[in-house]
Amino acid sequence: MSARMVRGRNARAGVAWRYVMLTAVALVFVFPVVFMLVSSLKPDLQLLRDTGSLRAFLPVGDISLDNYAKAFQRAPIGRFVYNSVLVTSLTVVFGLFLNSLAGFAFSKLRWRGRSIVLAVVIATLIVPFETIAVPLLMMVNTLPWLGPDGVTFGWLNSYRVQIVPFIADALSIFLFVQFFKDLPDEIIEAARIDGASWWQVYLRVIVPLSGPVFATAAILKFLAMYNMYLWPLMVAQGETYRPVMVGLQYFFQLNVAWGEVMAYLSLITVPVLVFYLLLQRAFIESIAASGVKG
Amino acid sequence: MNRTKRYTVTLLAALALSGLVMAQTTLSLWYHGAGNEVERDIVLQIIGDFNASQDDWRVTLEEFPQIAYNPSVVAAALSGNLPDILDVDGPVMPNWAWAGYMQPLSLSDGALDGFLPSVIGEWQGEVYSVGLWDAAKAIYARRSVLEANDIRIPTLDAPWTFDEFEEILETLQATGEYEYVFDVGMAWTGEWYPYAFSPFLQSFGGDLIDRSTFLTAEGVLNGPEAVAFGNWWQSLFTRGMTPGTSQDDANRETGFIDGRYALQWNGNWAAIPALEAFGDDLLFLPAPDFGHGPKIGGASWQFGVSATSPYPEGANAFIEFALQDEYLAAFSDGIGLVPSTQSAALLTENYGPGGALEVFYELSNQQSQIRPPTPAYVGIALTFEKAMADIANGADVQDTLDAAVDEIERDIANNDGYGF
Amino acid sequence: MQRIPVKPVPELVRRTIASGRGPGRRGEEVAGLAMAAPAVVLLLAFLILPFVLAFVMSFTNQRLVSPNPTSFVGTRNFVQLLTVRPFLMTPLTDPVTGETLRDATGAPEYPVLRDITRRNPAYPQFDGLRELTSWAIGERRLYLLASDVVFMRALGNTMLFVLVVAPTQATLALLLALMINQPLRGVNIFRTLYFMPVVISIVVVSLLWRFIYSPTGLLNSILTWLSFGNFTPVDWLGNPSTALGAIMAMSIWQAVGFHMVIWLSGLQTIPGVLYEAASVEGASTLQKFRHVTWPGLRNTAVLVLVVITMQAFALFAQIDVMTRGGPRDATQSIVFQAVQRGFERQDIAGGSAISVILFLLVLSVSLLQRYVTRDRVR
Repeated sequence: MSARMVRGRNARAGVAWRYVMLTAVALVFVFPVVFMLVSSLKPDLQLLRDTGSLRAFLPVGDISLDNYAKAFQRAPIGRFVYNSVLVTSLTVVFGLFLNSLAGFAFSKLRWRGRSIVLAVVIATLIVPFETIAVPLLMMVNTLPWLGPDGVTFGWLNSYRVQIVPFIADALSIFLFVQFFKDLPDEIIEAARIDGASWWQVYLRVIVPLSGPVFATAAILKFLAMYNMYLWPLMVAQGETYRPVMVGLQYFFQLNVAWGEVMAYLSLITVPVLVFYLLLQRAFIESIAASGVKG
Repeated sequence: MNRTKRYTVTLLAALALSGLVMAQTTLSLWYHGAGNEVERDIVLQIIGDFNASQDDWRVTLEEFPQIAYNPSVVAAALSGNLPDILDVDGPVMPNWAWAGYMQPLSLSDGALDGFLPSVIGEWQGEVYSVGLWDAAKAIYARRSVLEANDIRIPTLDAPWTFDEFEEILETLQATGEYEYVFDVGMAWTGEWYPYAFSPFLQSFGGDLIDRSTFLTAEGVLNGPEAVAFGNWWQSLFTRGMTPGTSQDDANRETGFIDGRYALQWNGNWAAIPALEAFGDDLLFLPAPDFGHGPKIGGASWQFGVSATSPYPEGANAFIEFALQDEYLAAFSDGIGLVPSTQSAALLTENYGPGGALEVFYELSNQQSQIRPPTPAYVGIALTFEKAMADIANGADVQDTLDAAVDEIERDIANNDGYGF
Repeated sequence: MQRIPVKPVPELVRRTIASGRGPGRRGEEVAGLAMAAPAVVLLLAFLILPFVLAFVMSFTNQRLVSPNPTSFVGTRNFVQLLTVRPFLMTPLTDPVTGETLRDATGAPEYPVLRDITRRNPAYPQFDGLRELTSWAIGERRLYLLASDVVFMRALGNTMLFVLVVAPTQATLALLLALMINQPLRGVNIFRTLYFMPVVISIVVVSLLWRFIYSPTGLLNSILTWLSFGNFTPVDWLGNPSTALGAIMAMSIWQAVGFHMVIWLSGLQTIPGVLYEAASVEGASTLQKFRHVTWPGLRNTAVLVLVVITMQAFALFAQIDVMTRGGPRDATQSIVFQAVQRGFERQDIAGGSAISVILFLLVLSVSLLQRYVTRDRVR
């Protein structure tokens, strides 16, 4: 037996071992999700009885899509998902743009007051939203807006009240700053010498190189926005503007309809998974192509 | 008919219609039942009937999920956006009335005759809210289990005494057939705790606050009677008779039905699934008498008028319209709650003579005690919830109750006595 | 996607730009301000301004719901939250002989603490305080009394949570990222699977895990099965000694995929040529990690650590859904207390005071972190 063959066999065993590891870890992460999906197919009582055993993971017993049908009857789910997706995607798009621009300014440009402003921005990371919700509510209630009816005051019951306050966020800025710092200064200087304006440097040099951080920031922001609860509860007084997490409360009646809860959760989780998969493709694979990895 | 003429007619009709709509002033109504189709249908029916019954007012509905309702109202009040008519949880009403969210009702004389006392929300001598139903609690039990263990079936007039109840719990525990003998629903955190457990405290002779002044709880929530209650409460858990704070919703909902719990302290809204499981074998028993009479908590959701409504006469007209027996009965049939009047009870499926839930009407009528009608209740409820959980988990009873009293009194002081 | 041509930069030009002199300097100043401004202005308006309002409120008696006028109360809210006093309790003595009173077993008898702390005019400084903890010193007892025991427990639990969760989660996330960063077929599927818990709202995750941690729940079933029945089921969330640990484990499980993604985006900035060079020089996997990967992750490491720390300090939803601070304050957290007081108890001033304390606490921790990691980051 040649040494080469032994190495080949070891390598194959190594690969197999890696897959075993990856799968074992995957089980740990997936089991509650399986529990959720499987439970969404069961009637309430059976669902609750199954929670203590492995049956919780198996689509056995009285399986049907009834819970989904009932869930759609109970609440305007389409409306909630539409609202959430609209609010979330607009916030993500504006947020990516403004926060990355700021991140670029903080990491690659020199201007007076830069470090102190950055320090203040980072410090805002510490403020949990719950603690500023009430003052913010009082504030947005007095803000003006220029719409089709001219200037109106008060932002309650609208999409903008769920979008504008959340466009800028310190976490995204921080994320961009940390990433941009690692990009070599030479490529920027080269572009400047070629006569590019700072705006062009941002657009043509920085953005194409920063797929992973845009993806990360987009995912984090999407999740934070999609799962927002307290704020929409306070500002969206009409059903028209309610997002998915407020919609979840429709299912917590005196006797909680657990089967429908699970069905609803499964339904609202799907858009997020789709979003993540799309981003993963679009951004992470583009990196390999962009040549940064060499 | 030529085209121009047809347009003119349509235009005129539209104008006439809009004129009609304009004549009706719009009133907004907020309701906590989003997600409950049965409730929505009934509310919509009342609204539809009311709108059709007169030409002055047109009520529109905005629904909120129950869990989100109170924060939504508080947020709306902060931003000056309250509706004209709102529904309010009975024990919370004094808080909202005191805060200036609500105004007293002005119903016609005698509109509330024959209503259960617990569905009428009063604050400082004025009626602010009225409920179309009440909720009641009972001990769920099975006749076959009691008979097999030679346990007397209690009645409203002769409830179990404290000693008798203790003996029953021990007897049932000795059978070894049950995971737990007396489930009180610790899984239902939040307002369930004061709603369901403070009546035990009251039956022992204590209370959440001194109802003569509403300024102190000293000696009432931490006096000897309250400590006796606390010790008994703790013993339920140390003796392994009652599932503790980590009970999950699954066990709460299936434990009794699956026969793993012998007795269950529960509300009438859970009666229907239990009836389906046990039929005639199921009993709804009154709370034990721990020394000061059997007690249950009263007051559920009620309707009131917001302080900022420019049209209180319309709002009052709607509420008075909604108080008709047929609607009370519709709610009772739809969601299983106790109708607010005897005459409505006669119209219901379950609360009339011989009905499966008839006992709950009398329970409400005879035993219900409303939670302390003070704005401080919102804080008291949280304090009491924590005290009940801590004692269940083994905290020192006297220390815990003392701390609860201090916290309640500090809150009252911080609010300049809440108007008392 | 276009490749960026990297041209050799004449040394003089490079220096001119770097030192900020020359024609580009003013433009850079203006461009920097203009690019940072939109985000900064939004943050100022919708975050910093409300926080300043909250800061002001923490010195008042502002209520969420109240007809009473608001007035400034100075530092009262902070004193109420933070007062801690020691008290040395001596055994009871016979008033005649002055000897220590003893019970039948010879143990000294002590006064009852509540007689001292509740409305006792002889001890006004201890009025309303409660025992935080105590130690025996000979026959005397040293008590640490606090005016707000619940808040003190919340402080302690939150610090412990941060100390355990931050390093554990960061390390596990890095391990996962390294596992996922392998050139294996189908690895993207695993990346998605690991990320799944992050996608589900923490509120929902907490609901699901309440079932899992129940005394009759899945975790106990699995452990019993794995140990062939030798495992005694534990009431994970109902036992003060396991509740916080259970919540830590779940929190790490939920968020670790999130930090894995951040590590991954850092890993992907490390040029592949460096690994190739290391391979040519015969470096082992561990050596590659130490000399190529880790140095390339400096900024990511700071980012991950800071973000995890901040998130850990913000511990709230898990507590709210799973334990509401119990059993017996074993899982109280600072933000849970801030929310409970500010919203549920309608004491917005008290809630704001807690937020201010949290802010100062996290600020000092991050300054410390910055100081510690300073050498490594330029």
